[in-house]
Amino acid sequence: MAKYEYSFYPGCSSERRASASNYMTSVESMCRHLDIRLNEIPDWNCCSASIGYCEGGELPRHVMNARNIALSEQHNADQDIVATCAACWLGTKESQERLNSDRALMADALEVLKEGGLDLHFKNKVEVRHMVEALIEDIGYQELARPVVKPLAGVKVAGYVGCQTNRPFGIDGESFENPMYLDKMVEMAGAEPITDYEQKVTCCGGALAFSEPEKSQAQIKDILEAAADQGADMVVTPCPVCQMNVEVYQEQINRRYGTRFNMPVTYYSQLLTVAYGSSVSDAGLDGQIIRARKLEDIASS
Amino acid sequence: MKDINTAALSNYRNDFLREVEDNVEEGRWVKMCMQCGVCSGSCPFGSHWQHSPQELFMMIRAGQREAVLATESMFMCTSCYNCVVRCPRELPITHIMHGLANYAHRLGLAPQTNPTRRFARMFWTNIVRGGRVNELKLSLGLYFMDGFISGLRQAWAMRKVGIGLLRTGRLNLFGLVGQKGCRGAGELQRMLAKARLLEDQRKGLGD
Repeated sequence: MAKYEYSFYPGCSSERRASASNYMTSVESMCRHLDIRLNEIPDWNCCSASIGYCEGGELPRHVMNARNIALSEQHNADQDIVATCAACWLGTKESQERLNSDRALMADALEVLKEGGLDLHFKNKVEVRHMVEALIEDIGYQELARPVVKPLAGVKVAGYVGCQTNRPFGIDGESFENPMYLDKMVEMAGAEPITDYEQKVTCCGGALAFSEPEKSQAQIKDILEAAADQGADMVVTPCPVCQMNVEVYQEQINRRYGTRFNMPVTYYSQLLTVAYGSSVSDAGLDGQIIRARKLEDIASS
Repeated sequence: MKDINTAALSNYRNDFLREVEDNVEEGRWVKMCMQCGVCSGSCPFGSHWQHSPQELFMMIRAGQREAVLATESMFMCTSCYNCVVRCPRELPITHIMHGLANYAHRLGLAPQTNPTRRFARMFWTNIVRGGRVNELKLSLGLYFMDGFISGLRQAWAMRKVGIGLLRTGRLNLFGLVGQKGCRGAGELQRMLAKARLLEDQRKGLGD
């Protein structure tokens, strides 16, 4: 029996050979160290993300999330649902909240779930949480620091929280304008957080990085610039969309703005995994397009 | 198919506020806006909106139906939720913007060429087909949405990002011929068709 057990919703970007597969690798390693067991929701589907609204409307969008909740209750009864992706967490939690507060919408959703034989399993009572919530609230900062064997000494980190892990739900007890949890996690790993990183909660453009690249890259440039100005060795984030957007467009941004960014963008789980003594590949660091050399050096030391 | 826009017009006559309250996600909140403008000042893409959320709320109340439903503004929403957490009246502004965009799109009034509208449609088709995102098909679909030649140009411009993702094991080339996706995709498609039907009935968007 593991010490902590959750019903796990990995989400599309965490699949093998998908854009956040390295996040998944590091989460698995981190969970092994912390004795967390993740029971994947069998046959989960996409949450419809933040861009699903245009064609998907309301009910279809909520139904996608209701199906996941129903499957979770059927297979992982009574376990909280934990998501590693900010959009998955937000979408699922939002649908649950909306269905619970709107009787007509709930009646429609139940009728639709019947089509998939899932109505009996939809009690909609479990909590939907982000992985960082589980880490902070169930395990706590002190316990997170306990397995550290290689403190990330001398690594200066800009904690980029972004939007959807922070708003509208956020992490309990944190402010929307200046949440501190990521900085605390960086500190637990033995690295040095830049606590007054002013682009901490700036939007990276989200899905609009695809459809409105110029407008989004102006955002991303600010996010990188503030980190670079403060002497950050890397940016760290809890969100796969933030990670992708801030990492992969740096070359285009350099060309557009005449900058010379070459800033690694990692996940909190990679920091912890390296601090817990795992290898470069167990931390998913071989999945960085811009390699996080300082972390790699510590991991292979 | 009967013209749903004409039907909505004759149903609501000049009462656009009521039309929004009935048919737009969270539309019943619109009349609560007190015009403070915090939403407009909080939006990361603020300068790109033809009409800010604050303006849109007033335009809805003033019955400027055509101007509201034909603007690209709502498609500038990045879903960052900054306006939502800052609104002193706690309006779910992000959702109202999504709802307006969806309603305008369903009525056929949303700007046809807006890239986010087109990308969002592609995204929905993509996830409904397999139950999960097929990232390769989604990106290629976006690059090639204006035809083959401009697609090649786009793909060329993005080649280093693609190669980077491929090299680091973050892109599935097999996605092009088929990706495993969700076993229950068929069942999910049936559920979504039914959900769309129910929603259309409720919002007068059906045939």
